[in-house]
Order: sequence, then structure tokens, then C-alpha cells
Amino acid sequence: MTTATVKNKNRIKRDAAFPVINTIFLVLLMFVTVYPVINTVAISFNDGTDALRGGIGLWPRVFSTKAYDSLLGDKEIYQAFWISASKTVLLTVLNLLFTSMLSFALSRKEYVLRGFITTVMVLTMYVNAGLIPNYLLITQTLNLGKSYWVYIIPCLFSCFNMIVIRTYICGLPEALVESARIDGAGDIRAFFQIILPLCLPVLATVALFVAVGSWNSWFDTYLYNGSKKNLYTLQYLLKMKLATTQASANAAKSTADALASTTQTTPITIRCAITVISALPIMIVYPFLQKYFVTGMALGSVKG
Amino acid sequence: MTARAGKTVLKPVRKKGFWKTLWGQKQLMIMSVPMLLYVLLFNYGPMWGWITAFQDFTPKRGLAESPFVGWANFQWLFSRPDFIRSIRNTLAMSVINLVFGTVSSILLAVLLNEVRNKTFKKTVQTVTYLPHFLSMVIVVGMAQNIFASNGPINKLLQGIGIIKQPVFWLGEGQHFWWLVGVINVWKEVGWNTIIYIAAMTAIDPSLYEAAAIDGAGRFQRILHVTLPGIKSTFMVLLIMNIGHLMEAGFEIQYLMGNGLVQDFSETIDVFVMKYGISKQKYSYATAAGMFKSVVAIVLLLGANFIAKKLDEDTLI
Repeated sequence: MTTATVKNKNRIKRDAAFPVINTIFLVLLMFVTVYPVINTVAISFNDGTDALRGGIGLWPRVFSTKAYDSLLGDKEIYQAFWISASKTVLLTVLNLLFTSMLSFALSRKEYVLRGFITTVMVLTMYVNAGLIPNYLLITQTLNLGKSYWVYIIPCLFSCFNMIVIRTYICGLPEALVESARIDGAGDIRAFFQIILPLCLPVLATVALFVAVGSWNSWFDTYLYNGSKKNLYTLQYLLKMKLATTQASANAAKSTADALASTTQTTPITIRCAITVISALPIMIVYPFLQKYFVTGMALGSVKG
Repeated sequence: MTARAGKTVLKPVRKKGFWKTLWGQKQLMIMSVPMLLYVLLFNYGPMWGWITAFQDFTPKRGLAESPFVGWANFQWLFSRPDFIRSIRNTLAMSVINLVFGTVSSILLAVLLNEVRNKTFKKTVQTVTYLPHFLSMVIVVGMAQNIFASNGPINKLLQGIGIIKQPVFWLGEGQHFWWLVGVINVWKEVGWNTIIYIAAMTAIDPSLYEAAAIDGAGRFQRILHVTLPGIKSTFMVLLIMNIGHLMEAGFEIQYLMGNGLVQDFSETIDVFVMKYGISKQKYSYATAAGMFKSVVAIVLLLGANFIAKKLDEDTLI
């Protein structure tokens, strides 16, 4: 046998083995991806004192719903859930309305302010005044601190979403708007009656981005509403639990014993239970919206 | 954007003069000018606040009354070891994130691209996109379980005999940068493949056929067809990421950092947060933030310039 044929044979072997190795690797990757999630669920359903021993894998060792009982028995979590849910819905609706109107205007090639406004908007992706000037604007100048509206008003625009929607509108046949105009409809009517209904797929994508962003944010609560308990969001409650468990984790064993004697829930199980509660809404809507966001990302990448 | 035949129908208005045309487009203005004003207020308005970087600012005195101090705030910053450390941490973590993130997502995209079974491919994608939608608070919470001293990682490493004693992952500074890198890969690797897979589907299938006829094996096809096919996407993302080198993230460092690891966990953003919000030293914090923004703009323009010289796709 010549070396060339040996090489060739090796290569054929390698090529045949590749799909198998690839599949095994991808299955492992999926396992690594879901393991922490299932692990957290398992810990949340475990007995608190027992959980401190560690070593819980994919299934609770000593089953208990104490963590959920104590969480759901407390009024603050319902309040936080309501704040999180209502601000998410309200922001998503308003954000979509304003962003899509703007996208439509900026998709009209005859619009004389198009170039100017687009430039101003796109620059916001690269230039940011920074945390402190924003903080001073919102708390000092606009006096929006310590209010519900701080969750809504500063978050109404994202340039990336505008580009996604505009790219989609530019892909629609131009004749749609023209025929509406010939029939005597103004731009506003053409937008609401003809373009908006056609944009539903892309609006679903952007709605997902906005809703997830709003649901997941905790920093705005921390900055602006840290002293207003009735405006706490779920993520912020979780963030506070994170801080307390971290402190106790540093003190390690002695705290474990102290806690074990007093209560059957520990910060660890409570933290995992809040994690589950705050991740649940996303886990539920995620599979349904999956097909939309991939198209959306592809649209955004055209010009983003 | 492609030019369309129909666009001339609505265009002849130009002859009427700017103001008249503008008046004719008042409905478009109603839809766009309020958002323009909004962005000017919320995105450009705060830039006035950069003046505070040159002042001894207190909210009581306000922008108008606070005395100017020249570059003193910047001098103070660069005399602080913790600020210098925060620059180091920011750059270290962004470079780790950039390298880990890019390599892992290209690798996964290539592997997914080789999967022939559509259902399996879809399943892998669905599962790996999921962590992108979890908040950083949730992710850090999970990391505290996974990397706990009696958690799964330590158990696994002890089981296969790599370590004897459990490692205190979250309490020892030298692990912090790498943990951030690993956690970010876990969270974003699937999501980041979307853009590369989109680029791969645009590759002409006949290229693969031609390569196969010429005797190229699977690895050679990946090397000579797939990877060159995503080169321009890679370049655009690289430029963007270089522009974001000063953004190592804030949430994960703030949430996962603690007193034991703070020498390695504090980024510029955490520094700004600590001095600006917790200690209310607005001028120092603004100066630090401004320094970050200016360096970011320089990096973006620089990367864009180099890409232009290399005749690659540019961003702006």
C-alpha cells in the first residue's frame, strides 16, 4: 500500500466517525446547558437543612415544598410579581407602538428627514453618556426616581429593534403603501391599516426582546426604587436573596448549623425557589416564540 | 437597501422645495419627530452631564453653580490603584470573553452545520438558546450552586482525581476572570451561533460539491469552504466587539463579586457604581465613565479604520 491510500483510508474512517462524535458532543452540550437549571429546581424542592450538605444532582434528596410554602405565604412576592408582570406588558406595548411607527417613517424613502433622524438614532448604539449622567438626568432633572414610571419611560427606544423592524418593512412590496396613498389614505392610516398587520411576525420577535429585557432587569429597581418596597420586582427580590446567601456562604458551616436549629428553609432553597418562580414565565413562553426570534436576529444582522 | 422601480412615483416632490415637502410629510413627522425628541432627551441629554467630570459637583449646587476643577478628577482617578485595577480587570475579562465567545460560537455553528438530522439540530438549538433569556441574577444564582465548595463541579473534579481538596471557586480571586468567561459561554454560545449559521446557509452548496469532487474530506470542506464563507460576518462582529472592549459587563461582576475577590472582579462599571451611587462622588464616577466612553469610541473607529485598510467589510 502506498502512503497516499493509507491516508485516504484514514480519512474515510475519520469522516465516518465524525457524525457519531459530533452527536455525542452535542448531546453532552445539551446536558451541560440544562444541568444547572434542573439542579436549581431539584434544590428548590429539597429540604433546606439537607440541601446545605450539597451534592444534590438532578433530583431532590429529601423532598420538601417548604421553600415554596414560605415564599408564597409572604405577600411581598405577589406584589413583586404584579409589578414585574404589569411593567413588562405595559412597556412592551408602548415600546412596540413607538418603535414601529418610527421604523415605518424611516422606511419611507421620500421622507426628507430620514437620513438625519436615522443617523441620530444609530449613533446611540455607539455613544453612551454613562451611568452617572443618566442617573442624574432621571433622578434630578426629570424627577422620575422612586416611581413606577422609571420602569417604563426611559426604556421606550432601542435602536437595534428599530433596525430589525425597518429592515422587515423595507422588504414588503412598496406598492402596498402607494396604493393606499392613491386611495386617499394618509401615512398614518397606511401604517396602521396596511403595514402594521403585515408586521406581526417581526413584532413578535421584538416583543420577545423587549419583554425579556424588562422582565429580567433588576438594576433599575436597585438604582431608583431601592427604598420603595412596594415597587420591588421579582428579579430584585432574587438579587437581594443572592446577597444574603453569599454572605452566609462565606461564613459556611457555622451558619448552616445555626440555621438548621431554627428553621427548615435555608437561604439556599429559598433562593432556588425564587429563581424557579422568576424564570418560569420565560420558560413557558419561550418554546412558542422560538421560531420568531431566529428570523428577527437574521433581519437585524443585515444592517446591524 | 435595494432601489425599487416604484420609488419614483412618490419622489418628484423634491422640486417643491424643502419646507413645502416637509409640510406634505407632516404625518411622517408625527410618527418620527416625537421619538427624535425622546432620544435627544434620554440618550444625548445626559451628555451634558459630562461637564460634571470637570467640576466639583454636588446635586445641591447643580451643574451651573458647581466650581470647575479642570482635570483634577482625572488625575485623582489615575492615582487610585483600584481604578487602575478596574481597567486591568475590564480588559482581561473582555479579552477572555471575546476569545472564548468567538471560538466557542464558531465551533458550535460549524458542528451544527454538519448535522443532517433536522429535528436533532432544532432540538440542540432550542436548548442552547435558552440560557440567553435567563437574567444574570438567575444565572449567578445557579453558578453559586454549581461552583459551591460541595457542588457538582468540585464533586466531578474530585471524582476523576484532578483535585484532592474542593476548590473555593467563588472565593479565590485568581479563578474569577475564567469563571466569568465560562459562565458567559454557557449563557450565550447558542445564541451567538444564530448569526454564523445564517451566514453559513448563504454559502453556495455547489462549492461543497465541487470540493467533494476534488477529493476534499469533511474537515477540508469545513476549512476551505465553511470558514471562508463566514469570514465577513466574523470581521464585522470582531470590529463591533473591539468597539465594546471596555464593556466587560457589569451585572455578572457586580452580582458574583464579593469582598474576597474584589481585586479581580471590579470592572470600570463596578467602580463607577461604587463611587457614583454608593459613595455619591458624582464627579469622580462621571470622569471614570467618560474615560471609558472615549476609549470605546477610539477603539471602534480604530478597528473600523484597520478593517478598511485591510479592505474588509466595515461597520460605519
